[in-house]
Amino acid sequence: MSPEMRNPDPKASLSRTFIADVEDRPGTLNRVVSLFRRRSYNIDSLSVGRTERPGISRITMVVRADEDTARRIEANLYKLINVLHVQDITDAPSVVRELAFIKVSANHEQRGEVLRLCELFRARVVDLHSHSMTVEITGCQDKVHRLIEVLRPFGILELLRTGAVAMVRGSDQQPTLEEPLGNDPTDEVAA
Amino acid sequence: MQQAQTIAEGRPPSRGTLASAARRTGAQVIWEALTREGVDTVFGYPGGAIMPAYDALPGYAIRHILVRHEQGAAHMADGYARSSGRVGVAIATSGPGATNLVTGIATAMMDSSPIVCVTGQVSSAVIGSDAFQETDITGVTLPITKHNYLVTRAEDIAPTLRHAFFTARSGRPGPVLVDITKDAQQATIHPVWDVAPIRLPSNGSYCHPRWREFERAIDLINSAERPVILAGQGVLKSESSQLLVEFAEKTGIPVACTLLGLGGFPATHPLSLGMMGMHGEAWVNSSIQEADLLIALGMRFDDRVTGKLATFAVKAKKIHVEIDPSEINKNVKVDVALVSDVREALQEMLPRVQWCDRQAWADRIAALKGDSAVRDILSLPDNGRLFAAHVVNDLWRITEGKALVVTDVGQHQMWEAQYYKHDHPRGLITSGGLGTMGFALPAAIGARFARPDAEIWVIVGDGGFQMTACELSTCAQEGIKLNIAIINNGYLGMVRQWQEFFYSGRYVATPLKNPDFVKLAEAHGLAGFRAARREEVEDVVARAREASGTAVIDFRVEQEDSVYPMVPANADLHNMIRRPRPLIETADEP
Repeated sequence: MSPEMRNPDPKASLSRTFIADVEDRPGTLNRVVSLFRRRSYNIDSLSVGRTERPGISRITMVVRADEDTARRIEANLYKLINVLHVQDITDAPSVVRELAFIKVSANHEQRGEVLRLCELFRARVVDLHSHSMTVEITGCQDKVHRLIEVLRPFGILELLRTGAVAMVRGSDQQPTLEEPLGNDPTDEVAA
Repeated sequence: MQQAQTIAEGRPPSRGTLASAARRTGAQVIWEALTREGVDTVFGYPGGAIMPAYDALPGYAIRHILVRHEQGAAHMADGYARSSGRVGVAIATSGPGATNLVTGIATAMMDSSPIVCVTGQVSSAVIGSDAFQETDITGVTLPITKHNYLVTRAEDIAPTLRHAFFTARSGRPGPVLVDITKDAQQATIHPVWDVAPIRLPSNGSYCHPRWREFERAIDLINSAERPVILAGQGVLKSESSQLLVEFAEKTGIPVACTLLGLGGFPATHPLSLGMMGMHGEAWVNSSIQEADLLIALGMRFDDRVTGKLATFAVKAKKIHVEIDPSEINKNVKVDVALVSDVREALQEMLPRVQWCDRQAWADRIAALKGDSAVRDILSLPDNGRLFAAHVVNDLWRITEGKALVVTDVGQHQMWEAQYYKHDHPRGLITSGGLGTMGFALPAAIGARFARPDAEIWVIVGDGGFQMTACELSTCAQEGIKLNIAIINNGYLGMVRQWQEFFYSGRYVATPLKNPDFVKLAEAHGLAGFRAARREEVEDVVARAREASGTAVIDFRVEQEDSVYPMVPANADLHNMIRRPRPLIETADEP
């Protein structure tokens, strides 16, 4: 996306992206989410998935926070026993992507225009019906936001976003831990 | 429920473990694991889901104190921990037994007290089916524990308890709950005892200050003209009181204490200012407001300490020594943060700080003391009426300041903080952060078992006492000696005071119709006394001390007295409400 297409939303400047490596145990996600609820930190998006290391999951969180709050979020995450590593990658060179499905209202006369817009955004049509199309887009949050805005006049029937996943650029790995499962031996309460 | 990977099934028990040939039930493993952690006393209450554990208890050298309500068990474990620095242990059954612990766990969490709560849980096969006495206690206690565990297999009991004790006492201490299903207690296994040192998996290097930050702190300290040290509970937790005295004497910097920091610096030391905050001495708060440097040691700038944040010590640079990085810049923005144990930070700084002549600052503080119009109740001519401050101050005098005092929450707690001068660490146990009424009596029972030789005084209001008064039975059954001073004003006094100040004197739901506390004591087979005039105080205190068992004194104090001075909630720290009566103005010691 060209720079001039970036969304100049002032709130976006408060948006910070964290990645946290956590032990893949029942209850870990519950603890992380409970922390955010309890401390009144506002989560924009959150996604969790397995990583290349067995037993370790990666949580990517986009949070509204200023610099001081970001430091406290980081410190509070470290207080959770199951959290292994936290990084605020907002200012780090990184790849951040999310996926969205947009079901847009389009009859056969409008299809061409929707398809043209999708092409501009490198979005794909994954389902087509007589009065609607479902579009899949992968990209940074600004790009997804922008496509949603240009499709909105056609009428958005259904919208689903995964939230961001992020990885730092370059060849460095996240710090490896000798004993990633630590000494915490039990199954905990399921999330 | 998904079975997570465990040490037992996930890793061979070869490195740093001791396999035991003998077979044990999970219940036996619980007590053996506690014994290995050095536990000699536990506080608990039996019930269905924890019965296998209770059945195995007689085989072990652990004293079990039967409480009358599980809240008491958690407070007792807390009092045991605070009075000794060791981990306190509470035991309860599932469901209501476990939920009754909640207030005690939250209290321990707010005041960073290391306790381990072991709860029974329904059998793993019926978890999630709303079985009889089933509660998702790990879910309930998730935000009020440092960590908690659900154990469904006997093999996991030993490593989990070991991890729980480590977690409770390491770093910033806190409560940990271990929920063990009934079938895990009943299963028979060959226990495996891991003896390798525990290392938490998270990135520990996050928690050490760099030399550059120490350099900045030392520069600020050596160049400050009006510095004040703010000593919190971290001084006590890290056992660095002596180091703090050396630090203060070497630099000549005066020391103010938080409520939970009292005793961390000797109250009668010439550099001691006293308690700060909402009911702190006026000159302490004024000194903080005029300071050009605050050195905060192991405290968290609670709202009861700072008053209105926007006007808190605006002229001062701030150095924050704190073991928990999430406390840095939480309430007050600081200039230098040293994420460290207080002891380590003081050891690092002590050789490099200098004595500076700050006579002007010393004179200013002396003037604040003289001019601060503290209308001290102790300077009241003795007209025979009994004020709570008289009781507390007489207790201080009679016990020579050496008693272990356990207070509840409310007016009497503040009077204790003001009029009992604590010169020694671990001389005061009180619920600070959570402000839990009903804390004092059970916490004192816990302290009794950790400190068998201490003279213990419970100072408690008539309201708070009745919240956990059932534990008088525990005192009687265990045959222990406590001295209980009920500061009885017939009101929920602190709420009444707020109603008087801020709600136009409408005393809604604060007057109390109390039982006869002397008869209540006697009904438990304990000694009971009453005093309503000041000249009677000495006599009843002497008789209570002489009583072989627990003694209760009902002090009938002035009913509508208030705690002064007072910073109203969210007001400027230096704008305090002063005692209005035209009394002699003095700040002298009595």
